[in-house]
Amino acid sequence: MTTKLMGEPVRRREDLRLITGRGRYTDDIGHGALAAAFVRSPYAHARITGIDVDGALDVEGVVAIYTYEDLAGPMAEPLPVLIPHPQLTAPRTGFPLARDVVQHVGEAVVMVVATDRYVAEDVCDRIVVSYEELPVVVGVDASRAAVHAVHADVPDNVAARHHQETGDVEAALAASPRTLSFTQYIERSACMPMEGKGVHAVWDADDSSLRVHTSTQASTSVRAAIAAKLQLSLEKVEVVAPDVGGGFGVKIVHPWPEELLVPMAAIALGQPVHWAEDRREHFISSAHEREQRQEITVGYDDEGRVTALDVRAWHDNGAYTPYGIIVPIVTATQLVGPYAVPVYRVRIDSVYTNTVIVTPYRGAGRPQGCYAMERTMDRIAQDLGLDRAEVRRRNLIGKDQFPYDHHLTFQDGRPVIYDSGDYEGLLDKLVALVGWDRAEERRAEAASRGKQLGIGMAMYVEGTGPGPYEGGHVQVLGSGKVLVSTGLTSQGQGHETAFAQIVAHELGVPIEDVEVTTGDTRRFGYAVGTFASRAAVMSGNAIALAARGVRAKALRIAAEILEADVEDLEIDEGVVQVKGTPGTAIPLRTVAVLSNPLRYAFDEAARQATQFAGPGDDSKPPVAVGDAPGLEHVDYYSPIRSTFASGAHAAVVEIDPTTWEIDVVDYAVVHDCGTIVNPMIVEGQVHGGVAQGVGGALYERMAYDSDGQLQNASFMDFLMPYASEVPDVVIDHQETPSPLNPLGLKGAGEAGVIPGTACIASAIEDAIGLRIAAMPISPTELYDLVRSPDAERVPAAIPGVPA
Amino acid sequence: MSVSTERTISVTVNGVPRETTVPVRRLLSDALRHDLELTGTHVGCEHGVCGACTVLVDGQPVRSCLVLAVQVDGKAVTTVEGLARDDGRGGEVLHPVQTAFRECHALQCGFCTPGFLMTMAAGLEARDQSTEITEDEVDEIVGGNLCRCTGYANIKKACRHAAGLMREEAQ
Repeated sequence: MTTKLMGEPVRRREDLRLITGRGRYTDDIGHGALAAAFVRSPYAHARITGIDVDGALDVEGVVAIYTYEDLAGPMAEPLPVLIPHPQLTAPRTGFPLARDVVQHVGEAVVMVVATDRYVAEDVCDRIVVSYEELPVVVGVDASRAAVHAVHADVPDNVAARHHQETGDVEAALAASPRTLSFTQYIERSACMPMEGKGVHAVWDADDSSLRVHTSTQASTSVRAAIAAKLQLSLEKVEVVAPDVGGGFGVKIVHPWPEELLVPMAAIALGQPVHWAEDRREHFISSAHEREQRQEITVGYDDEGRVTALDVRAWHDNGAYTPYGIIVPIVTATQLVGPYAVPVYRVRIDSVYTNTVIVTPYRGAGRPQGCYAMERTMDRIAQDLGLDRAEVRRRNLIGKDQFPYDHHLTFQDGRPVIYDSGDYEGLLDKLVALVGWDRAEERRAEAASRGKQLGIGMAMYVEGTGPGPYEGGHVQVLGSGKVLVSTGLTSQGQGHETAFAQIVAHELGVPIEDVEVTTGDTRRFGYAVGTFASRAAVMSGNAIALAARGVRAKALRIAAEILEADVEDLEIDEGVVQVKGTPGTAIPLRTVAVLSNPLRYAFDEAARQATQFAGPGDDSKPPVAVGDAPGLEHVDYYSPIRSTFASGAHAAVVEIDPTTWEIDVVDYAVVHDCGTIVNPMIVEGQVHGGVAQGVGGALYERMAYDSDGQLQNASFMDFLMPYASEVPDVVIDHQETPSPLNPLGLKGAGEAGVIPGTACIASAIEDAIGLRIAAMPISPTELYDLVRSPDAERVPAAIPGVPA
Repeated sequence: MSVSTERTISVTVNGVPRETTVPVRRLLSDALRHDLELTGTHVGCEHGVCGACTVLVDGQPVRSCLVLAVQVDGKAVTTVEGLARDDGRGGEVLHPVQTAFRECHALQCGFCTPGFLMTMAAGLEARDQSTEITEDEVDEIVGGNLCRCTGYANIKKACRHAAGLMREEAQ
């Protein structure tokens, strides 16, 4: 019997190459290629008045220098608005190289190509760009005040006004027994994958074809973008995402200017060109996320049941909107979480600032939504003197209420209808796992050690696996190898392993025979990309369907050969056999050979499929009408709408009242991502997400000064958690399969990060008894707050903005 | 140019004597990756904070992005490619830290992994193998490198596991 594979902690097949130094990341490819480097704007907002390259031309090794003037055709037009939306009324994008005005520090102005990167940097140093400085807008409040405009033709700085409502919220608030209002902020962080971006392009002039390796989350779409922008035929462009050193969202944006400019140079110069982003470039030219100001009004009854919720928020989208308003839409629609909110209105203005663009970072707007909703639950509990867990329990959507329609429209344009879940089950497990009811004992014990202990919790629902589709190809070779491919890319999630488990399980073959390729347009041309916790849901199901297609075909062919009924056959360990009659069997690899009728025998296996090899049925063509040679199948999975994963986190913090150091001493996670393919991988995703959640709550922020200079653009100054900052995490799983897809999967990639800020804020508040209204919070800020509780970290009135 | 900006260095890399001519400003990380084509050493931050580029120079972990290639003239460098031992039959025997990383799911994207492996190998080899590893030791060994994927739990687990494997080997 085939070893059980689904739901098992199968060890990763990716690991051997990665632990022996044989991984192949973009910067490992193309030894000897020409190197690109960029001159980037040192100003946050300025008009370019001149570019003088004279001093750079005599540097030995310089090959080419490009400015906006060298861009032609579609390359001279603005970069695409990838996700248009009717409410995105003033979309703006930059050019691959700045044309006349730069809108943030780090915007690319000049590209240099030279014999190596050191020389290219020398050349960059000798190029003199003159600027006329323009007024700078930093932060949501300044943007909203609109004293200055980021884009001259958008005087109010508003890119989009996103608005959804499920009823008359003002009437519902007026009719509510109780209401409360509060305002809070959340600051910027960023994905910060350990590997920055990178592009390597090779032009084959004789074949007029281009091969590009790029560290992307969306190779098929990069391919389409390159073809469109460089005016190449799609079939002449190949894009491969090799090993990618982390993504977390930033690499879903495309085409990055460099993904167009490096291939453009490779074509123009007829030589391979390479670019590896350095860390400072990543800080000042790749995407950030999270900053919002949120004003919340909630109506509720005396038992703490929410009657109405009104959210007004401002979302900093940075200088441009290439990724549309996905982040504010996700905040708006995922904010309600696991709760029944009878009447809900949300209005989010997405506003321009002279800072790096804001596009999804793991969680993609959900951490902000969770922060709004969960802090609301805490405030209600505080007002009524109720236990925070109890208030949540009273508002949860019941187990018998699925499918549950929130009457909202999600980021994929589809309704927010929760497919399945058991939120009370999550809460019960969390309360037990973290020891919620023992908090007072622990508080007393910590106090005896001179520490202030607090506990907090937060729950979330995460729409995962949005469409439109993904596909899978499964092919059995005559050698017995099973080749699997899907178009979406991998950045460390273990897709090769999880997808191999699915195929081995569906097809009945040893997992060792399965080889998986992702993100290579030479192997699979149709795909959307890896984002929104969708890889397992989308490609996992597509691959399962493809494997089922192969299985059906193998059984049909084997039934003829074995003179048996298809229903009597099974496939086990790569052998098709009559159930209960192991002697009557044929290896799948032989079925693969026979599935492809041959004239020529090139090896021993092929000989079996040639025209004189055995008795054939002369009355039928060798390949039946409607059939195709080969034991392979392509299938697609396209969901009616997203599936909704869920979870609950709790954090216990200890605060040192001398240093105001905040130590997260316990962290508990209950997680429901439907059917689990590989629990080891899922737990790894949760661990990593929690670390980023802790980072976002306590350490990570993009420190822009009022001139739009990022003050902490290095790993020395931008504080990401080391092992010493990440608590031990205890995890409990709940499996509520999705009824929407064949495998019952829900996504797991982002969940770990979503409730971090909300539950740690709650725990700190519980520890010190003062309201926390701006996150992240540092020991210094906590000290200031304790010393002067009235010190306003959240200005109610914003200069220049009417109340 | 009148002053030579290049120098030829002799360095033993993963047990093999190599000679290479490098610009004097060439970082060791770049020399390894681009001149010697040993791309297993990764560069994450370029200023010695993340530890992804850690290699061993004469057995001691150093951040190769903070060392010039000319500084290792006459020295022995070990990179992640040299961590596994030749089994004498055309294959390789993984170092215990490599085995432990694999068994404990201590890597996801794998980009920081070579730096962790080299740091951990040096840290564990330097310790007294007659004693069981303590949590303080684990924290010390893994505490200086950044990982953005794993949340470190499984890296710490791998450190404990590798220490156990090395103790067994030593006995």
